[in-house]
Amino acid sequence: MNTIEYFKERFDLLQSVHKDSGLDIIRQKAFNTFNKMGIPTTRHEEWKYTRISGLFNKEYQFPVTQTATSLSQKDLDAVRLPGHEQASELFFINGLFSFPLSVVRSEALVVMPLEEAAKNEYKDIVSKNFGHSSNYLKDGINALNTAFVQGAVFIHVKKGQIPEHPIYIYNITDARSGNILSQPRSLMHISENAQVQIVETYTTIGLEESFTNQVMEIIVEKDARVEYYKIQNDASHTNQVSTTHIRQVGKSYTHTVTISLDGGIVRNNLNVVLDAEYCEAHLYGLYFQQGQSHIDNHTVVDNVKPNCFSNELYKGIIDDNATGVFNGKIFVQPQAQKTNAYQSNKNVLLSDTASVNSKPQLEIFANDVKCSHGCTVGRLNEEGLFYLQSRGISEKIARSLLLHAFAVDILEHIKPEPIRKYVDKLISERLEFDIT
Amino acid sequence: MNEISTIEKTVLSEYKYGFVSDIEADEAPKGLNEDTVRFISAKKNEPQWMLEWRLKAYRHWSRLAGEEPKWPNVKYPPINYQDIIYYSAPKQKVDLNSLDEMDPELRRTFEKLGISLNEQKRLTGVAVDAVIDSVSIGTTFKVQLAELGVIFCSMSEAIQEHPELVKQYLGTVVPITDNYFASLNSAVFSDGSFCYIPKGVRCPMELSTYFRINAENTGQFERTLIVAEEGSYVSYLEGCTAPMRDENQLHAAVVELVALDRAEIKYSTVQNWYPGDKEGKGGIYNFVTKRGICRGESSKISWTQVETGSAITWKYPSVILKGDNSVGEFYSVAVTNNHQQADTGTKMMHLGKNTKSRIVSKGISAGVSNNSYRGLVHVSKKANNARNFSQCDSLLLGDKCGAHTFPYIEVKNNSAIVEHEATTSKIGEDQIFYCNQRGIDTETAVALVVNGFAREVMNQLPMEFAIEAQKLLAISLEGSVG
Repeated sequence: MNTIEYFKERFDLLQSVHKDSGLDIIRQKAFNTFNKMGIPTTRHEEWKYTRISGLFNKEYQFPVTQTATSLSQKDLDAVRLPGHEQASELFFINGLFSFPLSVVRSEALVVMPLEEAAKNEYKDIVSKNFGHSSNYLKDGINALNTAFVQGAVFIHVKKGQIPEHPIYIYNITDARSGNILSQPRSLMHISENAQVQIVETYTTIGLEESFTNQVMEIIVEKDARVEYYKIQNDASHTNQVSTTHIRQVGKSYTHTVTISLDGGIVRNNLNVVLDAEYCEAHLYGLYFQQGQSHIDNHTVVDNVKPNCFSNELYKGIIDDNATGVFNGKIFVQPQAQKTNAYQSNKNVLLSDTASVNSKPQLEIFANDVKCSHGCTVGRLNEEGLFYLQSRGISEKIARSLLLHAFAVDILEHIKPEPIRKYVDKLISERLEFDIT
Repeated sequence: MNEISTIEKTVLSEYKYGFVSDIEADEAPKGLNEDTVRFISAKKNEPQWMLEWRLKAYRHWSRLAGEEPKWPNVKYPPINYQDIIYYSAPKQKVDLNSLDEMDPELRRTFEKLGISLNEQKRLTGVAVDAVIDSVSIGTTFKVQLAELGVIFCSMSEAIQEHPELVKQYLGTVVPITDNYFASLNSAVFSDGSFCYIPKGVRCPMELSTYFRINAENTGQFERTLIVAEEGSYVSYLEGCTAPMRDENQLHAAVVELVALDRAEIKYSTVQNWYPGDKEGKGGIYNFVTKRGICRGESSKISWTQVETGSAITWKYPSVILKGDNSVGEFYSVAVTNNHQQADTGTKMMHLGKNTKSRIVSKGISAGVSNNSYRGLVHVSKKANNARNFSQCDSLLLGDKCGAHTFPYIEVKNNSAIVEHEATTSKIGEDQIFYCNQRGIDTETAVALVVNGFAREVMNQLPMEFAIEAQKLLAISLEGSVG
C-alpha cells in the first residue's frame, strides 16, 4: 500500500537525486500540503461523488528517475493519432517527459524539460507561472503531483507565431510489469499574438492497473489563441485525475474540448481563470460511458476582470452501470462587471442502472452580469424515435442516429479535421452507426 | 372571548419588528444539560416516553457537540449553547402594551405594511394559534374545527390529549438524529403546533400560527407536526416576527408534514424575523428543518415561502415523494439586504413511481448581503417516470452583494426527466428608464420590477399573506437603490 510514509521515502529520494533543480522549494511546499491533506475522500465536497481513496489501497511503482523505455516502435506507433506525420509529437512515458522520443516539427515552438527552462532564458516565465494554479488546487491529489515534479515539460510558443500543425501529446503508461502511478506535468506559455492547437491522449500498455495524476498549466498572453483537445479512451483498468489549469493573462481566446469515452475512474478538473479584460473562453465536453466506468468533470470559470465572456456546454451519454458526474462552477468576482457567462449540462441515461450527478453552480459577487446555467437529465426523446421508426428506420438505427446527433453538438467544435474524424469514428463504432 | 381579543392584540396589533412585551416569564436556568431537558419535560407535565425521546435526542446532540454543519454558505461567530435560556413561558396574566406605546419608527413600518387595526379585524377570519415565547396561550376557532374532527392545538396539549397520534408521527419525518439543529430541537422544544385532519375532511379555513420571539436570550425551539389523513386537505400559514435586539438569537424549529393517500398539505410561510441593523449587528439566526413526506399515493405537499428577515437563514423545506403519483412543490422568494445571509432551497426526494416536483426559487440580494440557493433533486432507482422542473433566478441590486446557486441533481433512473435552469441578472437600466420617463421614481420602479420578478411565487400565497408579503418586499429593499 502506498502510505504517506512510502510517499515520504520516495520524496526524500527525489529531493536528493534532483538537487538544485530550481523546483525543490515548491516541491517541499507541495509535499507539506499533501502530508496535511492526504488523498481526498468523499467527505470532501469537491469529491462527493468520486471515490479515489480506494485506488490507493494497492501498491504502485512510480519512477523517480528517467530510464530508457522498453516500448517498441510498434507500441509507439499504435498510440499515434491521425495526422501525426505533420504534428509535433511529445511523449510522456510513465509520467516522465521523454525528450529522445519527442519530435518538434515547428520553428514556432520551444520544447524543453522544465528543469532546464527553470535555469535558462525562460526562467522568468517559469518562476512567474509555475505552480500559479496552487490557489485553485486545494486538495491533496494535486499537491501530490507538484511534490513529485520532475521529468516535466516546458512548452513555449514564440511571440506572433502560429505553428501550422497541432501539438500531439501522448501520455503512455507502461503497466506490463506492475501497477504504475504516473504523474505528468507540463507548463505551457503562449506568447503575445501566438496561436496553438494541442491534442492530448492517454494510453496504458499492459494489463496491470495504472493511475495517472496529471497537472497541466497553460498561460495565455495578450491576443493569443489556444485550442486544447483532451481525448480519453483508455482501458477500463486505468484511472486518472487530470487537471488542466488555464490562465488568460491578456485579452485572449481559449477553446477546450474534453472527450471521455472510456476508463475506470476518470476525473477531470478544468479551471479557466479570466484574468484580463475582454477574454473569451469556450469549454466543451462530451462523455460517453459504458460498463462500470465513472466519469467526473469538474470545471471552474473564474471571472476576475470585467467584460469577459464564457460559454460552456457539456453533454453526456451514460449506459450500463456507468456513472457521470458534472460540476460546473462560475465565479464572478466583485470587480468583474459586465461578465457574460453561460453554462449548460445535458445528460442522456440509456440504462436502468446508469446514473448522473450534476451540480451546476454559480457564485456571483458583481451585479452587472448576465449568467445562466441549465441542466437536464432524461432519456432519448420518444417522439424523435417514433418519427424515425414511422419512416421505416429500425429502432436500433433510430437510436444511434439520435445519439450521434446529440454528440455532434460537441464534435463539431473539434477543429483539426483528422482528430474530429477520429473521434467521430470512435463514437460511431460504439453506436454501431455508419456515418456514410 | 376576552382571551381571544388578547391574543389578537398581542399577535396582530404588535405585529412589528423591534418591541419587547414586558411579560413576566417563567424561565429555565441558562444553559443546556440533561437537567434542562428534564426541567422542560417536567414543566410541561409530559409522559415518560416523551421525556425519554427528548433525552435520546439530547444525548445524540451532545455526541455531535461542536460539530455544527459547516457546509452552508454563511458566516457567523460560534454559538454558545450554554448561554441560551431553553424555556420561557409567559405567565397567564398577560399585560398588554397598546399600540399607543409603540415606537413611532415602528409604527411607520407598521403603517407601511398596511396592517391597520381595521384590517387586523378583517384578518380575524383566520384561526390563530398564537405562540408567544414557546407556549401557546390560546387557540381560536377550536370549536368550529372540532366539529369536523380537525385537531388544531399546541404541541404540549397534543402530547397530553392525543398521545397516540403524537407518538405515531413525531420524529418520523425528521428523526432525532437528522441534523445538528434538529437534534437540538428534539431535545428542548418547548411548544409548537399540532394539526390533524381526519379522513376526507377539507379544512374549511386557513390554519395559522404566529411565532414571536420575545424574552431576551430565549432561543425559540418550535416543533410543528401536521398530519393529513386520506383524502384530506389543509392549508397552513406560518408567520414570524421578532422584536429588535442587539444580541443574536437562535431559532431552530422543526416542521414535519405527513400526507397520506390523496391528501394535500399547503404550507405557507412569511418570515420577517429581525434581520439585524444596517451594520449587521443583531438579528435572528434562523436554522430550521422543514420536511414533508408524501406517504400515500397521489398525495401532494406544497411549500411556499417568502423570506425577508433573519440575519442568517438556513432552511431547506423538503418533500419525500414516497407514494406513487405524489407531487411536491416549492415556491420561494428570499430577499436579503444589508448584512443578511441566506442559504435556502429545497430537497425533492423522488422514491415512488410517477412522482412530480416543481421548484421555483427567486433570490433577491441587495446591500452587502449574500443569498444562496441550495437544492437537491434526487431520483432513486425505482422512481420510474419521475419528473422535475427547477428554476432559480437571482436578481442583484447593488454591486457588493452576492447571489449563489448550488443545485445538486442526482438521477439513478433513466425514465426520469429532470430539468434545471438558473439565471442571474440585475434590473435593466432600460426598465428603470421606462418607469422614470412615466413619472415613477426609481425606488418605486425597483419595487415594481422586484414584485414582477417574484410574482410567480406570490401568486401561490393565500390572499391574506400575499398583500402583506408584497409590502414586506418593498420595505426590505428600502434604501437599497442608490
